[in-house]
Amino acid sequence: MTDNIITNILVCGIGGQGVMTAAEILAQTAIARGLDVKKSEVAGMAQRGGVVTSHVRFGRKVFSPVITPGTADILVAFEVAEAARWADQLRPGGVAMVNTIRLVPPIVSTGLFSYPDDPVAQMRAAGVTVYDFDAGAIARELGDLKLVNTVMLGAISDYLPFPAAELEEQVVARFRARKPTLVEVNKRAFAAGREAARERAEGARPLAANS
Amino acid sequence: MSAAAQAKPNSRLLLSGNDAIARGVWEAGCQVAAAYPGTPSTEILEALSAYPDLYSEWSVNEKVSMEVAIGASMSGARAFCAMKHVGMNVASDAFMTQTLCGVVGGLVIAVADDVGLSSSQNEQDSRFWGRFGHVPILEPADSQEAYEMAQYAFELSEAENTPVIIRLTTRVCHVKALVTVGERRTRPIGGFHLDARRWVMTPANAKGMLPKQMEREARLRETAEGSAWNLLDDGRDRRIGFVTSGPAYQHVRESFPDAPVLKLGFTHPLPVEKVRAFKDSVDRLVVVEETEPLMENELRAAGMLDVHGKDILPRLGELLPSVLIPAIFRLRGEEPPPASTYPKIDPFPRPPTMCAACPHMGVYYCLNRLRRKVQISGDIGCYTLGAGTPWNALDTTISMGASMGIALGMDKARSEETKDKAVISVIGDSTFLHMGMQGMLDIVYNRGNVTTLLLDNRSTGMTGGQHHAGTGKDLHGNEAPRVDFARLVEALGVKPERIKVVDPYKLPVMFKAIKDEIAVPEPSVIITNQPCVLSEFYSKLKPYTVIDDACTGCGNCINVGCPAITVKRTAKEVRKTGVEAELKFVQIDTAMCTGCHMCVDSCGPKAIVTQDRTIAECAAVSGGCGGH
Repeated sequence: MTDNIITNILVCGIGGQGVMTAAEILAQTAIARGLDVKKSEVAGMAQRGGVVTSHVRFGRKVFSPVITPGTADILVAFEVAEAARWADQLRPGGVAMVNTIRLVPPIVSTGLFSYPDDPVAQMRAAGVTVYDFDAGAIARELGDLKLVNTVMLGAISDYLPFPAAELEEQVVARFRARKPTLVEVNKRAFAAGREAARERAEGARPLAANS
Repeated sequence: MSAAAQAKPNSRLLLSGNDAIARGVWEAGCQVAAAYPGTPSTEILEALSAYPDLYSEWSVNEKVSMEVAIGASMSGARAFCAMKHVGMNVASDAFMTQTLCGVVGGLVIAVADDVGLSSSQNEQDSRFWGRFGHVPILEPADSQEAYEMAQYAFELSEAENTPVIIRLTTRVCHVKALVTVGERRTRPIGGFHLDARRWVMTPANAKGMLPKQMEREARLRETAEGSAWNLLDDGRDRRIGFVTSGPAYQHVRESFPDAPVLKLGFTHPLPVEKVRAFKDSVDRLVVVEETEPLMENELRAAGMLDVHGKDILPRLGELLPSVLIPAIFRLRGEEPPPASTYPKIDPFPRPPTMCAACPHMGVYYCLNRLRRKVQISGDIGCYTLGAGTPWNALDTTISMGASMGIALGMDKARSEETKDKAVISVIGDSTFLHMGMQGMLDIVYNRGNVTTLLLDNRSTGMTGGQHHAGTGKDLHGNEAPRVDFARLVEALGVKPERIKVVDPYKLPVMFKAIKDEIAVPEPSVIITNQPCVLSEFYSKLKPYTVIDDACTGCGNCINVGCPAITVKRTAKEVRKTGVEAELKFVQIDTAMCTGCHMCVDSCGPKAIVTQDRTIAECAAVSGGCGGH
């Protein structure tokens, strides 16, 4: 079993944000590599606004479709408080890639609960490696908020056990078939996400590192 | 969905268990398929609707879907129905006698258990139906097995003259995995042949069928003992051997890759001798089954008294690696490995909410205003969320359609404390047609004093917006006859003057209608008429916005519960009474707002206006907005 290395990616966010689509694209990329894949979806009740997670696992042979707590290699979070909620699922040395948008649910806006001031700081205090950036701002700059999904996939593309180009190809292929005019802007969004993650990783690295 | 329907033979696809079942059912040559939506089974029929040469329908409830499948099977067609676990309770009346009659065309029933209750009112184990109805149970562990078992189930059904149940769980239905598909095998429909002793279950005829059912079960036991679905997945660590079924198998293999595992796919009748032989080859035997100890108890009854199972594993929820690993380590007398590295951060709960502009919110806003005067019997659907904040206006939820009968029971059992309270039942359109109508009839027939709020949003909303007999469209999106709810309840005996159709976006009208009807001591029905905001029947209007200077921070609009309204800032105010109150100044997320108008009437100072008007007002006051 030693050669059966499994990659565990936990994608989280809120209903309607595109969590399932991002997970599907990751799964398809692994399939294109000839790997075995399982993708688990926990949407709770079929309602918007609730917590949504998708577990993507791939390797030579995958059994359980569920990521065991403490074994996720990457946490892809579409919302910052959701990132904090699921951060303990990461393995030591795992990476949380976080979109910093704050989506305040009615339970908070009506005053029953409060939204943490700085969920990223909470995660860091817990020892988690966090790369956070405003994916929404990048998407808006490129002219379409829907690009957040592609930006986030670009951001994790350097942390996967296959070249970033293979993930980019899966993202772009979806548009090539249906909306070819969106191919270029998605490529740019993917590259921008990748760049944003690199910048955050650079910033997090000790300055004394060997050059 | 359509990718699976168009896939060529031998192609390998990433399919959910639901999509895989559908593909298997179609390839098996199934000719008639029926279901009522229910999480986690809903997508099976949605997927099947995309396949050619197969009749498929949304039935009004699970019992009818079962009966449609039974009728098709009697007529010699291969027939299929799908439902969630609680749906089988509804369908079981037809099922429990069908199992005496047997089949002509193969009859396969997929029942999906919501292990872990992601979207259900209970967690029940559908494998009991195999024991109860004396029919075989097949349990796939992933999509590929779901696809293959669907086909085998039809063959088994015809070979043994029995309906066959495929027991799914959420972790099969909603997990995508790779499936290699094949091609459809067509078969002619044999036709219905008169045979009263078989199809007319009078006591005398049914008595004649009972011994045959018992003989069949004995044969099935032999089949299970030799079934290729029950296979040994051997391992070298013989300290503990596992007997398991369904997705629990995957969790066992994940957790203990070197352990021997007897993986059961054909689990009723239980292949007891196969298990006994396996038990003799390992030091200890652990039965890993979700949720009830069915296999475990049968093994004990067969003399295997020292098997482990629910003595070390929970009866509720999924048996995930995070559950299995510590339990097995403890059984071995070892210290379990630490579960997680990082401390848990628990920000705030994020329960599902009603959508922006959901018409249900207007009803609950009004009910909350009448809170002390009413008892509210609720039902199953999106509107069950009315039990939560900020409405807190739903007091019971039991099962589909139960709001009606429970309301009548509350009405007939009034205490000193509740004698002056009005009893209200709240039910959705799809749920009313599913099982609510009979309760309504009972209220009328037995002269109950109940006001029914029939929330007609023209959708089976909670399961994702499926069509039903009240939407005007069928499973395929084609035009279909549409129930007229006002005429339906009138036909059930509600007086015409006690039936009101109300726009729930007009809060004062809605409030008055409820207040008027609860004052009249006889059955009355208020039907709301705004469609689900996620449905094709909904059209958005221009969004509203809040004039900041006009907002007094009273927070009344927040009680509508719309997620598009959020608190911008808070302030403290000391009232004349000396009580300190928190003011909540609000804003409206214009991207979410659909312009439904519901919150406008909740705002005393009239601070909520359309965006156009704000600009006009700005212009009137200052001669321009934003200085451009």
